[in-house]
Amino acid sequence: MATTVYEPPQVERHLPYYSGKGGGENRAPAGGDLHAVEDRPLDPAQTGIRVALGAITMSFAALTSAMIVRQGTALDWRHMTLPSVLYLNTIALLVSSITLEVSRRRVTDYARGVQTQISIPMLWLLATLTLGLLFVVGQSVAWLKLRAEGLYLASNPNSSFFYLLTGVHATHVLGGLLALVYVISKLRRAVLRRSTFAAAAQYWHFMGALWLYLLLLLWAKL
Amino acid sequence: MAETQVHAAHHAPSQGFIRKYVFSVDHKIIGIQYLTLSMVSAFIGMALSWAMRIHLAYPDFRIPILGWLSPNGAPNGLMTPEYYLSLMTMHGTIMAFFVLTAAPFAGFGNFVLPIQVGAADMAFPRLNMSSFWVTFVGFLLAAATFFIPDGPPLSGWTAYAPLSAVGSVAGPGQGLGQTLWVLSIAMFCVASLMGALNFIVTTLDMRTKGLTLSRLPLSTWAWFIDAWVSLLAFAVLLPCGLLLALDRLGGTSFFIPGGLVFNDQLQPHSGGSPLLFQHLFWFFGHPEVYIIILPAFGIVSHIFPTFIRKPLVGGWKVITFAEIAVGTLSFVVWGHHMFVSGMSPFMAMVFSVPTLFITIPSVIAVLVWVFSLYGANIRFDTPMLYSLGFVSLFITGGIGGFFLAQPSTDSYLHATSFVVGHFHFTMGLSAIFATFAGFYYWYPKIFGRTMNEKLGKLHFWLSFVGVYCVFITLHLTGFAGSVRRYSAFVDDFMIPLMPAQRFMTISALLLGAAQFIFLFNAIWSRFKGPKSSDNPWGATTLEWATTSPPPFDNFGGRQLTVYHGPMEYDDEASVMQTSPEASIAGT
Repeated sequence: MATTVYEPPQVERHLPYYSGKGGGENRAPAGGDLHAVEDRPLDPAQTGIRVALGAITMSFAALTSAMIVRQGTALDWRHMTLPSVLYLNTIALLVSSITLEVSRRRVTDYARGVQTQISIPMLWLLATLTLGLLFVVGQSVAWLKLRAEGLYLASNPNSSFFYLLTGVHATHVLGGLLALVYVISKLRRAVLRRSTFAAAAQYWHFMGALWLYLLLLLWAKL
Repeated sequence: MAETQVHAAHHAPSQGFIRKYVFSVDHKIIGIQYLTLSMVSAFIGMALSWAMRIHLAYPDFRIPILGWLSPNGAPNGLMTPEYYLSLMTMHGTIMAFFVLTAAPFAGFGNFVLPIQVGAADMAFPRLNMSSFWVTFVGFLLAAATFFIPDGPPLSGWTAYAPLSAVGSVAGPGQGLGQTLWVLSIAMFCVASLMGALNFIVTTLDMRTKGLTLSRLPLSTWAWFIDAWVSLLAFAVLLPCGLLLALDRLGGTSFFIPGGLVFNDQLQPHSGGSPLLFQHLFWFFGHPEVYIIILPAFGIVSHIFPTFIRKPLVGGWKVITFAEIAVGTLSFVVWGHHMFVSGMSPFMAMVFSVPTLFITIPSVIAVLVWVFSLYGANIRFDTPMLYSLGFVSLFITGGIGGFFLAQPSTDSYLHATSFVVGHFHFTMGLSAIFATFAGFYYWYPKIFGRTMNEKLGKLHFWLSFVGVYCVFITLHLTGFAGSVRRYSAFVDDFMIPLMPAQRFMTISALLLGAAQFIFLFNAIWSRFKGPKSSDNPWGATTLEWATTSPPPFDNFGGRQLTVYHGPMEYDDEASVMQTSPEASIAGT
């Protein structure tokens, strides 16, 4: 089955200022000569994901400040050791970013005709999906391990923040997995937009970076 | 002709009643849905305020419908102090979220913004539909609290912990009612985040040819800035709600301190910080008042040039940069809501300074509107009357802000009705007046018919006088020490103020009654109003360059090109943004 990856129109980006389709110098002259007007590639998917990442950053900043303030006023803050499975999960998530990036480049190669086998990027995508699932399963293992030690959500503020931050992050990763499934289904049905793939990839990489930050925070504060 | 034929919309017109009018992806229908929801919410919120005001002025007066609604909260129609607080909570919640946040931003923004940028729809139409329906579910959850045995929560629209965090032991409504409230607000947060994202992407990526940022209509600018503030603020309220829900349902102690006793019961929590809740809430809560007022700035700034027939003083830059400054500073002033919370007095000073600074861009905006009137040939149509009314209310409320920004005077005034009068003027009624201005202004575009002008003016004057009668008096009773959140003043030092309480109640009833003139006008004109032309106000922006109401894809397959800014007026003359004619006002 032939697969088409829609490329955005190639537009020379020489303008010093660019913002949106109507922005920068992309305007009609007063005389109304439309020949001077250039079309700009629309890319709401990528703009949208960047804006969404801004909101997610803000939410985690709020949770971080809550943790710091709660720790600062607490007499009940107890040190806890992070389950070692978290470090394996970290490796899985970081490697998944690499496999996704490889897949994205293979898709580009395929669109340019350099690569003829669509199964190659698909395999890399499936590898990413598997590693992402491994991460979520691994996080559940960490929760079970803490549970076995008698540390529940309400046991103490440390465990509360551990479950909270890892849980909210895992929920976001599940959202990323859904996005990957969406990308795979679009690729299979030959209607994948490159901007959709790029947006999903940006989200996925951000989840990796966010996890590194959270791991450092949990390690330092708990 | 400065337009080209393009492929119409990026999604096909919906077929069938359900897809076309209920689960519609058309931004215009979604805008109307938001406006309708807001209008229903506004009348519910107003009815709640009537019940409260009647009880304050006539504590023995029985309201039978309340007895039916809540046999425990209002036995035989006479409300208990707790039920008064429940009504106050729901009045604040419904008005702040489902009216003031929803109508001027999501309502008009949805209908107008894509047309003003020359797009066929929002950037993400399905996400847009989801925003509305998630908001609607949030509204249903809030409304459901009236019909559960426990009744609505009584912790105020700010839901301060630990009162809101410990559960039913804290009083009526603090069990299931408060849980439903938290869920409702969480839904509203999610919907607002989706809506804000859509507004930002649409403004950045969907603008038509030639529509540079400097040529954006001022209302679109305000919605765009507002979307950023909304995105960053609701992204904090959502985790705050999550922490509150976990304290309530998961047994955690984020906000609940140790050794806390409620109704003689020691609470099984330790170490939580009620101040943490206030910091998180007000980090959202103060930007929230600007989330409410910025679209009002935009609507009024958009309407002014049309009715004064000249550009605003300072062009698009002064008012827009003032809005950006207000939006930015709104994130560093939240502590001024907490001067009397037990927060460090040094921190009170730290928050007082930016609070005074934020008045600078607000005053600049006011001066722009006032100075723009100088020498203008003003057309006093109803939208302009409401815009002028907005400026008046905003100035009056803003003056009260100077008193409250000072920790020393706020210590006295904080718990009095002065604050109630202040915020009703500044963000409540100001935003309502701007919403009315927008409603009268865009009604011909939305429905293709014109509202009755005489009824509109009658509605304006009754509302304008009524607002001052109620809310200036609240300022005065506040100065006299009248405490807010009290359900009755029957046996204390506030008895001498009862005539003022009765005056406010009668004024509020008349003010509310005047809103039925608006309701009648809106419904009657929808079916019987005279047909409107495409551009009845002689305006210049893109929503007036299409039919009234606009077709499904807004411009009938045309892609417009913009040549000018939105304020091309010179007395009677005006130049449409799409017209390649030479500029007359240099915008």
